[in-house]
Amino acid sequence: MTYKKDFPIFQKNKNLVYLDSAATSQKPKQVIDSMNQFYNDFNANINRGLYDLSIQSTEGYESAREKVAQFIGASRDEIIFTSGTTDSLNKLARTLPKLFHTKSEIVLTEMEHHSNIVPWQETSKENKMKLKFIPLKNMELDYEIAEKIINDKTAIVSLTHLSNSLGTINNIEKIIELAKKYGAIVIIDAAQSIAHKKIDVKKLNCDFIVFSGHKMFASTGIGIIYGKKQILEKLPAFQFGGDMIKEVSLEESSYELPPKKFEAGTPNISGAISLGNAVEYINKIGINKIEKYENELTVYTIKELKKIPEIIIYESKNQGPIISFNLDNIHHHDVASILAYENIAIRAGHHCCMPLMKKLEVQGTCRISISIYNNKEDIDKLIQGIKKVKEVFK
Amino acid sequence: MTQQVYREQLLELWKHPLNKGVIENPSCEYKEMNSFCGDEITIQLIIKNNIVKDAKFNGIGCVISIAMASLLTEEIKGKSLEEIKEINPEKIIKSLGVELNPIRAKCAMISLTALQKAIK
Repeated sequence: MTYKKDFPIFQKNKNLVYLDSAATSQKPKQVIDSMNQFYNDFNANINRGLYDLSIQSTEGYESAREKVAQFIGASRDEIIFTSGTTDSLNKLARTLPKLFHTKSEIVLTEMEHHSNIVPWQETSKENKMKLKFIPLKNMELDYEIAEKIINDKTAIVSLTHLSNSLGTINNIEKIIELAKKYGAIVIIDAAQSIAHKKIDVKKLNCDFIVFSGHKMFASTGIGIIYGKKQILEKLPAFQFGGDMIKEVSLEESSYELPPKKFEAGTPNISGAISLGNAVEYINKIGINKIEKYENELTVYTIKELKKIPEIIIYESKNQGPIISFNLDNIHHHDVASILAYENIAIRAGHHCCMPLMKKLEVQGTCRISISIYNNKEDIDKLIQGIKKVKEVFK
Repeated sequence: MTQQVYREQLLELWKHPLNKGVIENPSCEYKEMNSFCGDEITIQLIIKNNIVKDAKFNGIGCVISIAMASLLTEEIKGKSLEEIKEINPEKIIKSLGVELNPIRAKCAMISLTALQKAIK
């Protein structure tokens, strides 16, 4: 596959080996053009404007909602625009506990990103709820323990689909089934999986899915909450102000129906339009084709990495296109720095997963993440780069 | 470029750091963390009559942070607390003899921050 040509950044940076798509993906020309077109041709605020530009802008924004809905098998009024996964999780953490009066436990996992831990810590303090964590076993979730942790006290289960540090693909179907047995609400953090795997919310039967646009070829500052209609109808609004109201008097106000109820103020219109175009771009290639291609490249990468002596790969049985490793006693920063001199972009650090790093008993790892614009040549350059690192520290 | 940061002198300090270890009864100590990479460096000092008699560091870090902790603990021995407070971070980074981008500059700063908090 030669999708590199679709991404202008590789024309400007001819020798760039970009293996940090889990941090943010590069943007295809189609997405960049859609944002330029919005600002050049029809920039206006959405809703209520009675002139052409505003109507066009509203149509662009709403058609993006429709495209996202279709992409994950939802209906359009179940799609809420946010600024990103962190924003989505914070909004849910602040409001969801209000729906529970008797259940008092929130279940997370040890491999969560800080954005799926810290908001729950805050909300559990405020609402006198208890946090529980599904532990890690051989880079996977320990499903046996999960069966004990999730029970009739569980109000909310929130977990990642694809670990941003380890690349582990979690068996979310199993966790959803468990949670549903006890009537708990399930949130899936799909930030890392959305650009790489088919997600069908109806098949999954989860209550919420959250993700960011910028990890799936769209711009930064746009994200999604998918929420089941029945729950959204009960959920309190996240913020209050313009666009989310039906009627306002000086004393009180009534609110719009979802999704409008959850989108106060002028939203990120260009971001939403970019996300709609990113979805179109993915659809043009086909998400299943993307998954197959990236999976083959991941297998190739792990095979090549394993040929390097003294490499530790934090590998699971269900590996997505993210691989974490350490090189003997060489610090992850030094590995990434030397690779950077070779024009190879990887990430080094705790990947916003300090509790997970503690569990692995490491300060951090080197992380490579793969997207459709990567190829075997990139991986071969990476391997050469790692050999160079070893040379420096010989 | 590789050679610039990973000069032999710095690599040597990483392989054989100066003043790495533990002081049993330090006059003061501080553990500083770099939240960006998770590294921790502890600085321990023996101070007599306002003068640093001994300085040690401990922790895990990259080449830059270990080399810096080595050079810094060496530099401050025999200096007064006032002199230590006057240490200029930029000058100390310069003493490494390499150009650091803002992210790597943080690696260099971790031991200096630990030191300054230790004597506070």
